[in-house]
Amino acid sequence: MSALFNIALGVAIIAAVAWSFRFIGQKVTGNAARFRDMSFGVAFGYVLGLVVLLWLVWAYLQSISSDQATANKFFFLGVAIKAFILFSILAWLFRLLGRNVGTAGTRKMFRNIPLTASFGILVIIFYAVLAIFAGAIAPYGQDEIISGVAANIIPGGDPALGGDPAFPLGTDQIGRDILSRLIFGAQNTVGIAFATTLLAFFIGGSLGFLAAVVGGWLDQVLSRGVDVLMAIPSLIFALLLMTIASVWSAELGIPLTFFMVLIIAVIDSTRVFRLARAVGQNIVVMDYIEAAKLRGEGMGYLVFKEILPNATAPLLAEFGLRFCFVFLTIAALSFLGVGIQPPLADWGTMVRDLASFINFAQFAPLAATAPLLAAGAIALLTVAVNFVVDWMLHKSSGLKE
Amino acid sequence: MTDTLLNIRGLKLEGRSDETWNPIINGVDLTLARGEVLGLIGESGAGKSTLGLAAMGFTRDGVRISNGSVEFDGIDLLTASAAVKRGLLGKRIAYVAQSAAASFNPAHRLIDQHVEGPVQHGVMARADSELDGMELYEKLRLPDPESIGFRYPHQVSGGQLQRAMTAMAMACRPDLIIFDEPTTALDVTTQIEVLASIRDIVEQFNTAAIYITHDLAVVAQMADRIKVLLKGDEVETADTRTMLSAPTQEYTKSLWAVRSFERPLKAPVVASAVPVVSVANVDAAYGKAKVLHDVSFDMHEGRTVAVVGESGSGKSTTARCITGLLPPTAGTISFGGEAMPADYRKRSKDQLRQVQMIYQMADTALNPRMSIGEIIARPVQFYLGLTGKEKRARVDALLDQIEMEPSEYYNRLPSELSGGQKQRIGIARALAAEPKFIICDEVTSALDQLVAEGILRLLAKLQDRLGLTYMFITHDLATVRAIADEVVVMKDGRVVEAGPKAEMFKPPHHPYTDLLLSSVPEMDPDWLTNLLQERGVDNIGDAAADKM
Repeated sequence: MSALFNIALGVAIIAAVAWSFRFIGQKVTGNAARFRDMSFGVAFGYVLGLVVLLWLVWAYLQSISSDQATANKFFFLGVAIKAFILFSILAWLFRLLGRNVGTAGTRKMFRNIPLTASFGILVIIFYAVLAIFAGAIAPYGQDEIISGVAANIIPGGDPALGGDPAFPLGTDQIGRDILSRLIFGAQNTVGIAFATTLLAFFIGGSLGFLAAVVGGWLDQVLSRGVDVLMAIPSLIFALLLMTIASVWSAELGIPLTFFMVLIIAVIDSTRVFRLARAVGQNIVVMDYIEAAKLRGEGMGYLVFKEILPNATAPLLAEFGLRFCFVFLTIAALSFLGVGIQPPLADWGTMVRDLASFINFAQFAPLAATAPLLAAGAIALLTVAVNFVVDWMLHKSSGLKE
Repeated sequence: MTDTLLNIRGLKLEGRSDETWNPIINGVDLTLARGEVLGLIGESGAGKSTLGLAAMGFTRDGVRISNGSVEFDGIDLLTASAAVKRGLLGKRIAYVAQSAAASFNPAHRLIDQHVEGPVQHGVMARADSELDGMELYEKLRLPDPESIGFRYPHQVSGGQLQRAMTAMAMACRPDLIIFDEPTTALDVTTQIEVLASIRDIVEQFNTAAIYITHDLAVVAQMADRIKVLLKGDEVETADTRTMLSAPTQEYTKSLWAVRSFERPLKAPVVASAVPVVSVANVDAAYGKAKVLHDVSFDMHEGRTVAVVGESGSGKSTTARCITGLLPPTAGTISFGGEAMPADYRKRSKDQLRQVQMIYQMADTALNPRMSIGEIIARPVQFYLGLTGKEKRARVDALLDQIEMEPSEYYNRLPSELSGGQKQRIGIARALAAEPKFIICDEVTSALDQLVAEGILRLLAKLQDRLGLTYMFITHDLATVRAIADEVVVMKDGRVVEAGPKAEMFKPPHHPYTDLLLSSVPEMDPDWLTNLLQERGVDNIGDAAADKM
């Protein structure tokens, strides 16, 4: 009851402050348009935002307080705030770099880029570098059980807290270096996700455009087939198919990963098909398509020369989103044990292996960090890709105006 | 009548593009007395709509008012608070947009949208406002004024929707209404009804209005005074009659002179000549709905056959039958005396090459991702098999033919061209196939009059030089007068009347031809009044129907 009362009191105080903020603003600025036309909701929003900001500052101070118990409670929030500030600065510096280096085209792009998109591009480049040069960057092998080193070294590298400076991110339950496995995980998880998404787009995109151009019974057959596939919950369906495929892969000697790419690509291509068909249908009604048809052009020319160039913006945006979903599906399958197989490093598997450490979060946050590192790597890439996709969507819709 | 309602002084607007502010309107003055109708005319891009919106103290996104003042009945709209403006807009200042179909919310009934303004502004209770709406519908001569308000926007025709929107603007009895091209999207016969309704109701309630249009003949009927804009500058302002009879500026004179283009008559066709394209007893249907009934006419070499009729009359469907996009259910299309396969997919490459098409909307007719060079080069390569330097030379020659500089335009994208230039590219693409026969589907109706005239002159020149045959689909009889040799009038999927132009424009006509002819606005400011008197003022629609 008292919690409810406290919330109500808090809202009432914010409302009162918001009203006086607007009133004083009107008086001080001599009724300037900014304050005169400000609705109460906007004023409330300003004050609420300020309150949240103040609370974050307070929480950050708590997380670096000398009292260990209080500091532990706010540990992850403190890390998040530090990371946010660090990433903002990095994104800003990266944009500054982009504005001054490169061709006229890239410079122009960086002039209008929002900070979020600049952050996204930076993270994607970072991941790409890690994935491509994983072998050269990682200090240990992905499946290397380092002899003479204890298992479950806590991240942080502080011997007093159970860490080891030689393994800044600690070791896992059988003594493998987590940093190395994270780096190799970028190669495995991201690489496979990328290949899968490309395949999904090839299948879904070409069939979708074909359905849009030809129409009629072909469109019906393809669309209803896709409807059937979409009606089955995708993760369950993937699990089922993976279970079947694991038998085949043993019989045929083909790696299970190959089947996984195929299965996820087919399941995800249904979503791409729907988009490609919808976008294609909008383009097909254009007079220039009619002109090309009347000229006697073949299907290949219609799809690849006339339709595809006009569909790139929505397809690229979908590519980014789809990539995230595929990537999460792979991580989820690996987490459930049917995805990328050990000893290959994979972020989903890494989360699962160390998941029980999350129980220590409240009193030993550093120990709980171990599984969260892989989860954080997944989250960071997903957020980064989405930022870039948002920006591209915004750009493409702006061009249409 | 002398006291000023709207007073705009030195208004400057700027629009943002490529990260700089570029002027759109450079210091225009405008005064409007109570009950006065001011016509605002100019080509597209002249800043008419921007000025119209600025008169309400409003700008579109990316546009800002950089200087000047807008005073409405003593209130400065540019510095007024949002609350004051909310009280004015919709209540004392109303706006009628060009496309009523896009401006009504398709999910609500007309009357529900009508009463929103009066109820929100506290002018009337909902029930009173509904009754008042019905009264307005009656005044605007909408059929079934009692019940039409309970329909959804898609259940009434375009002309009716435009009148319903005018009624909605009238709901609070505003002092000022801004009409932004309210009849541009309508057929001539429908346009008359809307024009007459608007004129009556504005007169009746002594409402001041700004009437924005690019059609001079329309503005001559509606406005007391006319202001001509060119690229954000005022050219001249004068009383309608003075302006029509004695324009002082060169630009205004050129606008007035547009309709003077007319081609010399050609010798009649030799009776034995084989027509280039012959449409014989063609029936066609969309699904089960039959849209063409026994359509027959011939088109001879070097002639322009204008096919006229309002929307839904089957003009474009006939064109689709000729191109083979819509195979006729009965009848034949023959080319040079030989019957062609009905479906375009069954036609040979050479047969496809002989029939080319130019589209109404140049925006959708050119692939936005291809350069001008690629667009024109494709048929050159596809039909004539030219590549490399030969192809480039041919494209350059075609660009020369449509009077565009090859070196300047070869690498541009369609979005970097004006409307008229895009239409020229459409012509060049058709010419690239070296056809005998070109279908021009409303090619000038989306263009300003000066630009449209340029296109018509170009088409005429190309016909004389290359001996082309045109099928010219249009609903604009002024265009027919300018370019046609023969005329085919269509209505409800039937050919109503056909013959040489000279005969068609001479009475006696088929009643429908007569209705079409008399509905074309003329530059005489008394034209609408006289026409309505002739047809009987109270029932224009019925009068038209009686004449059928």
